[in-house]
Amino acid sequence: MKHLLSTRDLDRDAALRILDTAEDMAATQQREVKKLPTLRGRTVVNLFFEDSTRTRISFEAAAKRLSADVINFAAKGSSVSKGESLQDTAQTLEAIGADGIVIRHWASGAPAVLAASGWIASSVVNAGDGTHEHPTQALLDAFTLRRRLHGEASRGRDLDGVSVLIVGDILHSRVARSNVWLLTTLGARVTLVGPPTLLPHGIGGWPVAAVHDLDAAIADTAPDAVMMLRVQRERMNEAFFPSAREYSAGWGLTSSRFRALPERAVVMHPGPMNRGFEIASEAADSPRSTVLEQVANGVSVRMAALYLTLAGGAE
Amino acid sequence: MTSYLLTGVTLPDGRRGDLLLDEGIIAEAGTGLSAAGATRIDADGLLALPGLVDLHTHLREPGGEGSETVLTGSRAAAAGGYTAVSAMANTSPVADTASVVEQVQALGDAAGYVTVRPIGAVTRGLAGEQLADIGAMARSRAKVRMFSDDGFCVADPLLMRRALEYIRGFGGVLAQHAQEPRLTVGAQLNEGPASAELGLAGWPAVAEEAIIARDVLLAQHTGARLHVCHLSTAGSVEIVRWAKSRGIAVTAEVTPHHLLLTDRLASGYDARYKVNPPLRSDEDVEAVRAGLADGTIDVVATDHAPHPDDSKSCEWSAAANGMVGLESALSVVHEAMVDTGLLDWAGVARVMSEAPARIGGIDGQGEPVAAGSAAELTLYDPSARRDFGLGDLAGRSRNSPYLGRSLPGRVVAVFHRGRPTVLEGELRDAAEVAGA
Repeated sequence: MKHLLSTRDLDRDAALRILDTAEDMAATQQREVKKLPTLRGRTVVNLFFEDSTRTRISFEAAAKRLSADVINFAAKGSSVSKGESLQDTAQTLEAIGADGIVIRHWASGAPAVLAASGWIASSVVNAGDGTHEHPTQALLDAFTLRRRLHGEASRGRDLDGVSVLIVGDILHSRVARSNVWLLTTLGARVTLVGPPTLLPHGIGGWPVAAVHDLDAAIADTAPDAVMMLRVQRERMNEAFFPSAREYSAGWGLTSSRFRALPERAVVMHPGPMNRGFEIASEAADSPRSTVLEQVANGVSVRMAALYLTLAGGAE
Repeated sequence: MTSYLLTGVTLPDGRRGDLLLDEGIIAEAGTGLSAAGATRIDADGLLALPGLVDLHTHLREPGGEGSETVLTGSRAAAAGGYTAVSAMANTSPVADTASVVEQVQALGDAAGYVTVRPIGAVTRGLAGEQLADIGAMARSRAKVRMFSDDGFCVADPLLMRRALEYIRGFGGVLAQHAQEPRLTVGAQLNEGPASAELGLAGWPAVAEEAIIARDVLLAQHTGARLHVCHLSTAGSVEIVRWAKSRGIAVTAEVTPHHLLLTDRLASGYDARYKVNPPLRSDEDVEAVRAGLADGTIDVVATDHAPHPDDSKSCEWSAAANGMVGLESALSVVHEAMVDTGLLDWAGVARVMSEAPARIGGIDGQGEPVAAGSAAELTLYDPSARRDFGLGDLAGRSRNSPYLGRSLPGRVVAVFHRGRPTVLEGELRDAAEVAGA
């Protein structure tokens, strides 16, 4: 695997290979010495055109545990703001010695453009692009869910028949898009829930159901997992919903909704959470919340992504 | 002046014959013509179309000479079989005064490849606030008859009403870029399955249709002439069809790319496919083809929009809108309309020459291929096929969506004012063409 750009173009075998490799990585993290020599002498650049401390430090930890050298580059500006162009920035980093570029960008498709451009020979890993995809987030979500369901026997297993609700601002969410493709490729039944204003126009062909009533969705689908998305309060100023209170009442995981979930259902959130807005603390802090496991698993999944793209994933 | 005898041409209506071009007109048309001293061109198997006329060309000069100039854009036009182009007003400075339109006109005359007709801005600086110097441009040496803020919509309904009324007083036409600005904030791609999957902000069809619906009603109310630029959606075709059935003075254009390409091409985020209005769906392509075939859409206009490479080889959201189109337009119409049986060559002559010349008020263009007409002609080989490549681009920019694509047909020769601008498929030198 040369690049990891989206989950849309991962088939079941490729997805399972990443998840199983992440299991191997997670196993090494139980040892006293966590560091592996796999990427010794290789350089990974975290090229971030958009602030995201959480994702950056997760990739940084993953690269360092594989013994790679890590350069963090916070690129200000873009060809829009008359800053340095994507091409010049990427070529500069490769000239410095980058073998892999982990890119976070505000523009949908920037990692794909970089990978297809011919500007650089490096591997490209998408760490979130605009409102398009965030593949490592979806992979860590799937990894987390699989572990909750199958524990130590997770290797080789998919998510066949697992019911997942993804709730909130689907329109602007790269996490939602990556999860739609990955979870359904792995056999899960996915239902998107949100106000009509925050569901994209043109998703009739997606392999998911899309509904507006969260209470009905909980009752009808008996979900194994509820994935709450972060919602920007500022969206109400753009008339996506009338007020924070009305949003919470309709689409927040309130305490009463949390209690209405099936006993087995887990609560997921990519973080950072808006407590009391899209998720109540009772849900976020309960034993059924996977929020911190997701963060921990993120390092294992990103180790797998870097290993498979940079070390070629020796067969 | 050299005269030319074109033998064995096929006319748009399918008849065959010879044409003698002399003193800037088609002096004779018939069979078995001979003329002492004329340069003879064997045109057996070639179509003789009236020189193509474009109502929507971005020549970029003044201000954007890195992308195109009046000269380089004129060469691109000639290479594509055109004998006249209409230069859009969104230059820098904007063509909102008599001096700018006269400058563009003079540059076009000096280049000599095609008739260049400047389009004047509707509002000063294209800002949509005050009317531009419409009367001064109409009365200038450039005699502007078409006005457009293209690139921007005249969105304010009151200003649009006044502009329609005012331009009417000069016998002109307002060419509207129909795009409701509030419905297209940050818009990047046609709103539909492709924009949903790619995470690109949607440009919904309704944002075009709402403006066209409003504008045809304003045209009816004011009695003014409205021309709809680059119509791109099925709903827009329906609205124009309805307006024409009511006798409203509206005409419409479609671009070659909206006749052939769809938004699925954006899947790799290759910004060569980024254009405004955006590439639409299969259903929209079907509808604009049908609208062009039945006369609802009057003309094909290129919206030739040159951009430097660095405006296209970047993030999709950061890339410029637009594609070059003059050199490929006839081949694209050939594929989308003729090969599909929707239009015959007489129909192509109508939508690419006769109707645009009439709508733009461009004298000496769009006349029938017959004795007495101006010698504005394009010889086209409809049996050729080519892989469209950089060598087919004759302007200064390379942002064509057709590079690497197989297209039918080839322009073999073009005559403007009775003199060749293209011979044997090659552009003639600027020095030979200038100062005709």
